[in-house]
Amino acid sequence: MPYVPTQYEPVVPAAVDTGTVDSTTVLVVGAGPIGLACALDLGLRGHSIVLLSQNSRLTDGSRALCYARRPLEILDRLGLGERMVEKGVSWNIGRVFFRDKTDPVYSFDLSPVKDQKLPGMINIQQYYNEEYNIEALEALDNVDIRWGNKLTSLEEADDGIVATIETAKGDYEIQADWLIACDGSSSSIRNMLGLNFDGETFHDNFLIADVKFKKEYPTERHFWFDPPFNPAQSVLLHKQPDDVWRIDFQVGWDIDRDEIVKPENVTLRIQAMFGDDVEFEFEWISLYTFNCRQVDRMVQGRVVLAGDAAHIVSPFGARGANTGFQDTDNLAWKLDLIINGQANGSLLKSYDEERSPAARINILNSTRSTDFITPKSKISRQFRDAVLQLSSTHEFARGFVNSGRLSLPVPYLDSPLNSPDTDEWTGGVAPGTNCTDAPVMCGNKRSWLLNHLGWEFKVLIFSGAGQFTVEQQQELKSLANDDIPVSCIFVSEDALAGETVLTDVQGLAAERYGIGAGGGVYLIRPDQHVAARWRELDSGKIRDAVQRATGN
Amino acid sequence: MTQYLCRKPNLDDFDEVYQQIVDMHVGLSEEESQSANAKLIFTLANHIGDPDVIREAAEIARENTLQWRDEVS
Ligand SMILES: Cc1cc2nc3c(=O)[nH]c(=O)nc-3n(C[C@H](O)[C@H](O)[C@H](O)COP(=O)(O)OP(=O)(O)OC[C@H]3O[C@@H](n4cnc5c(N)ncnc54)[C@H](O)[C@@H]3O)c2cc1C
Repeated sequence: MPYVPTQYEPVVPAAVDTGTVDSTTVLVVGAGPIGLACALDLGLRGHSIVLLSQNSRLTDGSRALCYARRPLEILDRLGLGERMVEKGVSWNIGRVFFRDKTDPVYSFDLSPVKDQKLPGMINIQQYYNEEYNIEALEALDNVDIRWGNKLTSLEEADDGIVATIETAKGDYEIQADWLIACDGSSSSIRNMLGLNFDGETFHDNFLIADVKFKKEYPTERHFWFDPPFNPAQSVLLHKQPDDVWRIDFQVGWDIDRDEIVKPENVTLRIQAMFGDDVEFEFEWISLYTFNCRQVDRMVQGRVVLAGDAAHIVSPFGARGANTGFQDTDNLAWKLDLIINGQANGSLLKSYDEERSPAARINILNSTRSTDFITPKSKISRQFRDAVLQLSSTHEFARGFVNSGRLSLPVPYLDSPLNSPDTDEWTGGVAPGTNCTDAPVMCGNKRSWLLNHLGWEFKVLIFSGAGQFTVEQQQELKSLANDDIPVSCIFVSEDALAGETVLTDVQGLAAERYGIGAGGGVYLIRPDQHVAARWRELDSGKIRDAVQRATGN
Repeated sequence: MTQYLCRKPNLDDFDEVYQQIVDMHVGLSEEESQSANAKLIFTLANHIGDPDVIREAAEIARENTLQWRDEVS
């Protein structure tokens, strides 16, 4: 098989020989997509990080393939977004097939939503994401990636943890102020902490074949319900970069796990699908059973769980890695403030309060897709089939067809960090919600609003500075010197000297932020989520909202 | 609790509507009839466009059915 994961040099730290206890500020365990993003987010903020990976190579196959807009925006903040989009493939046309009909029951066009920097969805192999992230980490002196280092035990204390790490040349101990467990779905750290991981296992299996065809196929997503080449089951076909196609066969529960993955057997399935004369090469074959589970809490003392270690979902709707990136996006700025002494350790409670419900909603969405794709009873199959038939002639029924929904971010509407609206707003971005992108000009350069938000607290001001009194202007400037600094971005030509000025050339920023005639001020968190918004400028209120958003 | 579903008689000609629903099944096999029923439900659900109304209607249908099960056994 052509895909060979990139290998890295195993690391044997000096502590193995000297027997001294190593130390770091943050120990990140697991170099999957989530551990890598976490290490980069905290690394770019200058903290000393040790990142452990029990293996010395990238993921063994394409795995997480579909990346939705919000995770791409997060990766873009970390400097990886443009490269991902450039390498990735975008698909717009999706077709849904049912039984032996060669024509689709219907097709849809996910034409890109214009005027946002990042597309709604791209397909790219997980190993490219990992590779780009590792390159960015290698450029940072404060991040130490230790390949071939496995955490085997853990002791918790009030002010940190001590972990035992196994390497090829022996064990060592490391002390860390914080531990982030990104050690995947079978997380051993979760077990060491005695946390529950409740949920359900679906009695079904999926066979994944990544193949390269000799012939060209259109870049479309095809989904089959109950096709003759996989009766009573589903099949999904979509494209990856490098002309690789991903085919997912639902194969049921009673299977011979060794037989089914043999290339000669997978070949028979592909021939049944495309005809006996189809020419292709295998890149990767894999079989998996999926679970929907969630840990009972994502923070315990000085240990924080993120990604698959904290929650796992069915693959429909491509949510695993997508939600994991939103975990570390939420976590990194909070931990940064805590480490710097700008916020209390209790701020981490809000990580659990914001991300646990998001995991729950993801599980709900993916369970609904699973129930549609693999109906659990005769009556639900009858309903499912009825909807598919109806959708071939009636557009209104297509909304019911669920072959996996696009993964959308879950807003933190009930978060204790939000300052609820006190002014009238129609539309716009409500507190707790991630900011929407918009095209802007910065000086004479084309730019995107989101590229100016994030990393620290920002106030986004949709009014001219001339409207403010001299005292208001001075107050606004002084926010930058607060304990938790806040800088200003003016979406107006009439800005305060020295502040960022963006021009809303198409008026889309004002429209998307519900500005109307009155103007408006948004306080935006370091993870690009709205903390508070007002119709009028009041730096006292901004300060209160910053305190609230940081648990102070 | 607020009720969204109309619970008062709301048709002028009940006989007409009853017949329309029964006639929908003329010449269909049992399985096809199941399918037609399901399609009717989805079509009406989309027309109604309000999950609260549909939830209440489903509760009525389910509760009434369970009630009759108890009475039979
Ligand atoms: C077939 C398939 C298709 C998928 N498709 C999608 C998709 O399209 N979109 C999507 O968003 N998601 C998808 N997912 C899910 C996605 O792959 C996972 O959600 C994602 O990889 C989770 O990342 P992670 O970093 O949390 O965990 P992992 O990627 O599992 O990484 C955990 C890492 O921790 C290491 N580790 C574990 N224990 C230790 C230890 N004690 N010490 C040191 N290191 C340790 C492991 O070796 C591993 O490298 C898919 C998954 C599969 C299997």
